[in-house]
Amino acid sequence: MKIHEYQAKQILKTFGVPVPAGEPCTSSGQVAELGAKLAEAGKPLVVKAQIHAGGRGKGGGIKLVKTVQEAVSAARQLLGSKLITPQTGPEGRLVSRILVEQGINIESELYAGITFDRATIRDVFMVSTEGGVEIEKVAAKTPEKIHKEYIDPIFGINTYQARSLAYKLNLAPEVTKEATKVFLRLYAAYRAKEASLAEINPLVVTGEGTVLALDAKMNFDDNALFRQKEVAAMRDPGEEDPLEREANEFGLNYIKLNGNVGCMVNGAGLAMATMDIIKQTGGEPANFLDVGGGANVETIGNGFRIICKDPNVGAVLINIFGGIVRCDRVASGVVEALGNLQIDMPVVVRLQGTNAEDGKRIIEEAELGFRWADTFKQAAQMAVQAASSGIPGGAR
Amino acid sequence: MSILVSKHTKVLVQGITGGEGSFHTHQMIEYGTRIVAGVTPGRGGEKFNGNVPVFNTVEEAVNRTEANASVIFVPASFAADAVLEAAAGGLDLVVCITEGIPTLDMVRVKRFLEGRRTRLIGPNCPGVITPGACKLGIMPGFIHKPGRVGVVSRSGTLTYEAVWQLTERGIGQSTCIGIGGDPVVGTTHLDALKLFNDDPDTDVVLMIGEIGGTAEEEAAAYAKEHMDKPVVAFIAGRTAPPGRRMGHAGAIISGGVGTAQSKIEFLRSAGVTVAESPAEIGQVLATVL
Repeated sequence: MKIHEYQAKQILKTFGVPVPAGEPCTSSGQVAELGAKLAEAGKPLVVKAQIHAGGRGKGGGIKLVKTVQEAVSAARQLLGSKLITPQTGPEGRLVSRILVEQGINIESELYAGITFDRATIRDVFMVSTEGGVEIEKVAAKTPEKIHKEYIDPIFGINTYQARSLAYKLNLAPEVTKEATKVFLRLYAAYRAKEASLAEINPLVVTGEGTVLALDAKMNFDDNALFRQKEVAAMRDPGEEDPLEREANEFGLNYIKLNGNVGCMVNGAGLAMATMDIIKQTGGEPANFLDVGGGANVETIGNGFRIICKDPNVGAVLINIFGGIVRCDRVASGVVEALGNLQIDMPVVVRLQGTNAEDGKRIIEEAELGFRWADTFKQAAQMAVQAASSGIPGGAR
Repeated sequence: MSILVSKHTKVLVQGITGGEGSFHTHQMIEYGTRIVAGVTPGRGGEKFNGNVPVFNTVEEAVNRTEANASVIFVPASFAADAVLEAAAGGLDLVVCITEGIPTLDMVRVKRFLEGRRTRLIGPNCPGVITPGACKLGIMPGFIHKPGRVGVVSRSGTLTYEAVWQLTERGIGQSTCIGIGGDPVVGTTHLDALKLFNDDPDTDVVLMIGEIGGTAEEEAAAYAKEHMDKPVVAFIAGRTAPPGRRMGHAGAIISGGVGTAQSKIEFLRSAGVTVAESPAEIGQVLATVL
């Protein structure tokens, strides 16, 4: 799960990581009020759009202003607008909240980030003097500028590890001490909240010699949210695709993509493989959808309705491996779930496993206009062709 | 022979009285698996299916029945503890079916297992089957056929698809292991390849991977150095967008690591035969026999 910058800073602050003075606002009125509180003679204010995507600076979502009036007009401009950044895609993201902060006197920009390393089954803490740029680019071009410490989450971070990281950054002695403290606290926050990523980029050294999180990003282990109630409460449904949100409520794994072949599959691996074969056949998948290993009447019905709400979908491929639930039962489930829906697009059905022939008979005898595919490859070909020709085949 | 499980394996089921647990225990018994005990705290003294004794603890179940393997069907918030209990009970093999265990819990499990005899399969997996002999998990038994191809996979239904493609061609399997789709698993592709390499009754290994992490690459590097048996692979998720979790907790491309393309290229460079299409896994495997 992702959260906003302002939420990540709230968490970090409670763990003692210094962050700029500031608060989130949803209206320009709030900005005027808060701006008056934050404004200090000669110090600028910063207005930052709060969306779940990076590259906000490049997209014009971060504005440095000199006065409260300028902050209010920047807020008016951003709130309610669609911000397009290199990570949002061309459609952009609606800005419904901004973070207003005191400007900081920046001496230098560093990087600090923690994530889980699957290969070593440890957390990896990374720091760099190259702050304020994408860390992936630093890793690709100058990997020697990234310093790492591996931390066993069961023991937690040792002080020497934080100190060792801080010394690698060639800071003044007093600043090294500050950075060590910040690293210990950042790890404490990451570990306590069961984050999968905690990143401060940039971590700045101020003109006053303090160390502070100018930006903050945290992602969390979805599987741990049942016991991380405070984190779970930070979820912003407004940042999620509406179809993905709806699918989530039905307990389905759905991810919207940009193609026109809708797919409904049981199991995540087979769902990915089905997307792959659609692409190999010359089409583009409209979505990832895993209706679960069992695939019953309810999940098939809900999944189908969600797929069809995507206006790009020109045909639907149902690919289900009848495991312990055999194909005849799955076919009856498909007929029961979809029999009463008004379906005006081609539907290709491929069921594999034992009793596949019975499944075929049930689908054909239902006379829903569904097209039966005998093989995986044929199913993909039929669905891709149907989606591109745009001829409704399942209309009744 | 085979690896991990055989007709001699004596199995206890943790969570035997729950919905999933009882359904799949019936399926396993029907397949011929020797289910000797069940464990559900608070239900000790009951009988499952009229003849399988239920115990409150794994320790008691092991003492009374000499079970040497376990399969776990308990909810995610208790599953890691169930694995620890099984390992403390000295079982040789623990298969954890449960999906949704927090990563931190799994790290704790991994540390606990270090230096112990217990091998963990999963979590978030279909389990392990030696066709015709023993099924420890939720896979449909009838799609399998005894034979000499070892199968290891991170997925459930995609494995069934691949196994079915083999069985339909008359190609049987020695053992099929679903290692699970989570970022931290008890047994990796690499571990499975080592086991199959040492098994005299496995001639070829089919490895089914997917996006996320570098487990397939680590296995392929081992295969290149140490295996004289051919390895055939399929990697799912060529069309998966970066940064999105594709159903499985571990199926995510992050920081540019774990793309299908990079895995496929690495596997090929290590001498692994990679099937391009998921519809042609059986066909491609047949070419190396």
